[in-house]
Amino acid sequence: CSLPGGSDCSVSFVSQVVGKVCVHGGQKDILGVLVPQLTELTQSDCIWQRICWRLVESVPDRWMEAVLLGFIQSAPGADALSRLLGNLVVKNKKAQFVMTQKLLLLQYGYTTAVLQNVLGYLSLDNLRRALLIKVLQELLETWGSSSAVRHSPVEQQLYISKAILICLSHLKEPEIESCRQELLTNMMAGVKCHLDSSLPQIRRLGMIVAESVSVKINTDGPVLKFQYEEDNETQELKSLLVQAPQHCVVPSLADNRNERAEAALPGELEAAEKPQTATQVVPEEESDTELDSDDDLVPYDMSEDKEIKSTKAPVYIRDCIEVLTGSDDVHKWDATIKALEGLIRKNPAATREVSVELAKILLHVEEKSCIEGFAVLRQKAQVAVLTTDPIPVAQYLTSQFYSLNYSLRQRMDILDVLVLAAQEMSSPKFYGKNKPSNAQKPCIQLLPESNSSKDWRKIVDERIKSKTRRFAKGRSQAETDAGPNKFNSVAGHFFFPLIQNFDRPLSTFDLLGEDHFVLGRLVHTLAILMYLAASAVVVTSMGKALLEFVWALRFHTDAYVRQGLLSCISSILLSVPAAHLLEDVAEALVETQCWLADVVEKDPDGDCRRLALQNLLLMENLKKKLETAPS
Amino acid sequence: MALPPPDPQFVLRGTSAAVHTLHFSCGGQEPDFPILFSGQSGFVHVWNLKTRRVETALDGHGRKSVYWVETMGAKDRLLSQGRDQRICLWDLAEGRTSVTDSVFTENVGFCRCSLLKVAQERWLMAMATKSLEEVQVLELPSKTSVCTLKPEVGAKLGMPMCLKLWQLDTGSQPWLLAGYEDGSVILWNLSMGKVWSQLVCHQEPVMSLDFDSEKAKGISGSSEKVLSIWSLNEQQNLQVYKTHELINSGISDITIRSDKKILATAGWDHRIRIFGWKKMKPLAVLDYHTATVHCVAFSDHRNPSERLLAAGSKDHRISVWSIYAQT
Repeated sequence: CSLPGGSDCSVSFVSQVVGKVCVHGGQKDILGVLVPQLTELTQSDCIWQRICWRLVESVPDRWMEAVLLGFIQSAPGADALSRLLGNLVVKNKKAQFVMTQKLLLLQYGYTTAVLQNVLGYLSLDNLRRALLIKVLQELLETWGSSSAVRHSPVEQQLYISKAILICLSHLKEPEIESCRQELLTNMMAGVKCHLDSSLPQIRRLGMIVAESVSVKINTDGPVLKFQYEEDNETQELKSLLVQAPQHCVVPSLADNRNERAEAALPGELEAAEKPQTATQVVPEEESDTELDSDDDLVPYDMSEDKEIKSTKAPVYIRDCIEVLTGSDDVHKWDATIKALEGLIRKNPAATREVSVELAKILLHVEEKSCIEGFAVLRQKAQVAVLTTDPIPVAQYLTSQFYSLNYSLRQRMDILDVLVLAAQEMSSPKFYGKNKPSNAQKPCIQLLPESNSSKDWRKIVDERIKSKTRRFAKGRSQAETDAGPNKFNSVAGHFFFPLIQNFDRPLSTFDLLGEDHFVLGRLVHTLAILMYLAASAVVVTSMGKALLEFVWALRFHTDAYVRQGLLSCISSILLSVPAAHLLEDVAEALVETQCWLADVVEKDPDGDCRRLALQNLLLMENLKKKLETAPS
Repeated sequence: MALPPPDPQFVLRGTSAAVHTLHFSCGGQEPDFPILFSGQSGFVHVWNLKTRRVETALDGHGRKSVYWVETMGAKDRLLSQGRDQRICLWDLAEGRTSVTDSVFTENVGFCRCSLLKVAQERWLMAMATKSLEEVQVLELPSKTSVCTLKPEVGAKLGMPMCLKLWQLDTGSQPWLLAGYEDGSVILWNLSMGKVWSQLVCHQEPVMSLDFDSEKAKGISGSSEKVLSIWSLNEQQNLQVYKTHELINSGISDITIRSDKKILATAGWDHRIRIFGWKKMKPLAVLDYHTATVHCVAFSDHRNPSERLLAAGSKDHRISVWSIYAQT
C-alpha cells in the first residue's frame, strides 16, 4: 500500500490499522509488505524516516508489543531497524520494556538475527547506548545468578549468552572502562556457577562467555583461557563477538536454516572437487605399482616382531603385587602395569587368592612414571580383577565407595569399574571382542556424563529393535557363541551395597549435598546395573529397591541426576518381568506414571522430558503386552 | 594370511666364540664343495656346507678376533683381518693352510676392509690405517698404496666405520663409499683422492653400509632406529632417498643380495630382517638368535634355488636360511 503523496496527512490511522492487524496475528502479512518498502524509502529520505517514526510512535500501547516484535523480526538489519524506529525505545516506555527486558530476559525463542537487530539498534545512537550498557549489566547479572544456571533451560541460557556476546561486540573502549569492575565481578561469580553445573553444555557456555568478557576487559593483560571441545555451537558463539560490517543486507548470521543452506553449498562444491583430485592421485600410484616386479616376493608374517623390552615383566601375580607396593625401579613398575591385566586373566586361580589385596592396591596406586594410558591400563586391570573374583572384590569396592577419605575421582572410578565389569560378565561374547555400542561406555573420560545416558538409550533401542526383529526374521544372523551370563549370580552384590548408604552423609562425602555430581554418576550406574541384571534371580527385589530410591530423589534439583533417575525407571521397566512388576509394585507404578506425566510437562530440561516420555511409552507397551498376553 | 617366517635350514655350531664375519664361496668350479668362512675369536673356520662341519681352522691372528674375511678370486685365496692389526693372505689350495703374505695396518679400530677386483689378478683393498680418520687404498697383490684418503682438517668425521669400494663396470673408475663415526657417508673419488660428496645420514655412527651400483642406490644402518637409503644423482652426488624406521634400534650389518632383489640386516635385537630392495618393503623377520647378530651374508651359488643366507651371532651360532630362493 502506498501512502498518499499529500503534505498533510495523519499517520495515526495507519498506525492503528497496523497495530490491530499485528495484534491479531497478521504481522507477517502486513509487515512483510510494509517493511521492505519503508526500508527502501527511508534509506535516503529523511522525510520518510520521520513519517515512519511517527507511524510507529502512534501505535497505541496495547498493540505496541506486537508491532514492535513484527518490525524487529522482519527488518533486514540493525541499521534498517534504526531508520525505521528512530529513538522509539527512548521515547516510549512500553517499547523500552519490550526491547530491553521482555525480549532478552523473559523470552528466549527468537533467532540470533533478532538479537543482532535489537542490540545493534541499541548501539547505533548515543541516546540509546546508555540502554545498551544497562542491558549488558542486567544480562550478566542474570547469566551469573546461580539459581538461573541451575533452573533455567539450556536453551534460555544459550540465548542469554548469545545476547551478552553481541553486546560485548558493540561496546567501545570508554564504555567498557566505565563499567569494567562490575563486568569483572559479575563474570567471576557467573563462571563459578556455570562450572559447578553437571551438564557439559552449560559449563562450556560459561567458559566461552567468561573468555569473551575477559578478552574485552583486559585488552593488554593475561586473559582467561579455558580448554573445551570445539564444535559448531562454540564456533557460532565466538563469531558473534566479531561484528559483521553494518551495511550488509542479509545478516551474516541468519537463521539456522540459512546457515545450513550456505554450509551445504560449499560442502557440495568441495565434494565435487575431491573426486577429481582422488582420481588424479590413484593413476600415479597404479603406474608405480606396474613397475614393481617385486610383487612376487610375498612377505611373511611379521606380527611377532615387537619391541625388545629391557626389563621383563613379572610372570606371577604375587610378584606384581610386590613391585607395585614396594619397588622403586621405574622400568619394572612400567612393565608390571602393562602386563598386569593379561596376567590376571591368564591366572584366575592365583588371582582369586589375592583379589581383594590387588583391588586395594589398584584403587590406591598412583602414576609413578609417565606411561601412556596409565588410567586405562589401571582400569582394565581393575575390571579384570573384579570379573575374576566378583563377590569379594565387589564387596570391597562398594564398601570403599562410601568410606572416608577418598577423592571424588576415586569414587567415580569405582562406579566405572563396576559398570564395565558388569557389562563384561553379562555379555555373551568373549573378552576382547567389544560390542560397538558398548565401546563408548564410561571409560576414562572427563565428560562422559550426558554421553552415557545417550549410549544407554542406544542400547535400549537396540534391544527393543532386536526383540522385534527376532519375531519377524527368525534366525537370519549367525548366533554368537553362547556363554553363561556370569553377572546374574553376582548382580545383587554389585547393586545393593551401592544403594544402601546413599543418605548417610560422611564428613568428606555428602551425596545428597554438594557432591551431587557423584550422585548423578551413582544413579546412572544403578540404571545400567539394573538393565544388565535382566535375567538375574534378584531382579525383582532390585527393581523394588530402585523404585523406592528413585521415589525419594525424584525432585532433585540437578538435571543430570534427574536424567539418571529416569534411566533407572526405564531399566526397571525393561528388566523386571512384567508379571512381577504388576504383582509387587503396582501402586508404586501408578504413582510413578503420575510423576512421569508431570515431568513431561513441567521439567525445564529437554533431555528429562524426552526420557520421561519414553518411559511413559514403555509403560503403555507393557500394559498392552499384559492385556494381549493369554492369562 | 601371511605365512609364519621360515626356520633356518640348518644351524652351524662349533665355534666357541661370537661369530663376527661370514663369507660364502659356493660359486666356484667345484659345485660339490660349497664353503662358508667364518671369523671369530682367534680362528677362521672353513665350513663344508655339504657335511656341515668345520673342515679347517685357520689360526693366523694370534687368537685375536677376526672381523673380516673375503676370498680373492677363488676359494683357495683368503684374506682375513684381525684385531692383531694385521690383514693376512692365506693360501688354502690343496689342503694347505699357510699365510703367504700380510699387511700390517696398525689400525686398532673395527672397520672392515673392502675388496674390489679391478682387473685380472688386480684388486683394490680399502682399509683404515693407523691415523684414526684416514682410509688407505692398496693394490693387491702388490701391496702398493694407490691413495690415502684424508678428510680435511676440522671435518670431525671420527673413525671410518665401514667401507665399500665399487665401480660401475669393470674397467671404469673405482669409487669408495665410507661411513663415519659422526653419521655421515662420504663418496671418495679415488683418482683425485678427494671427497666427492658427503651426506649426513644418521645421528649416530654408521655401523654398516652396502651399495647397489646398478641402481646407484645405497643403504646404511646405524645404532639408532633408522635405516637410511640414499642415492647418487647424475653428478654422482649423494642425496637422501628415503628412511625406514625400525622397531628396535641397532644394526650391525647390512648386505644386498647379488641379484639386487632383497637385502638383509643384522640387528642388535637378535633378529634378521629381510626387505625388498626396490621399495624397502619389509618381507620377513627371522627370529632365531638369542644374542645380537653380528653379520649376515648371502651365498654366491650359481644355481639360484640353492641360494642361502647366513647369519652369525654373539650366541656362537651361525644360522643358515633358505629364503626367497625361488625368484
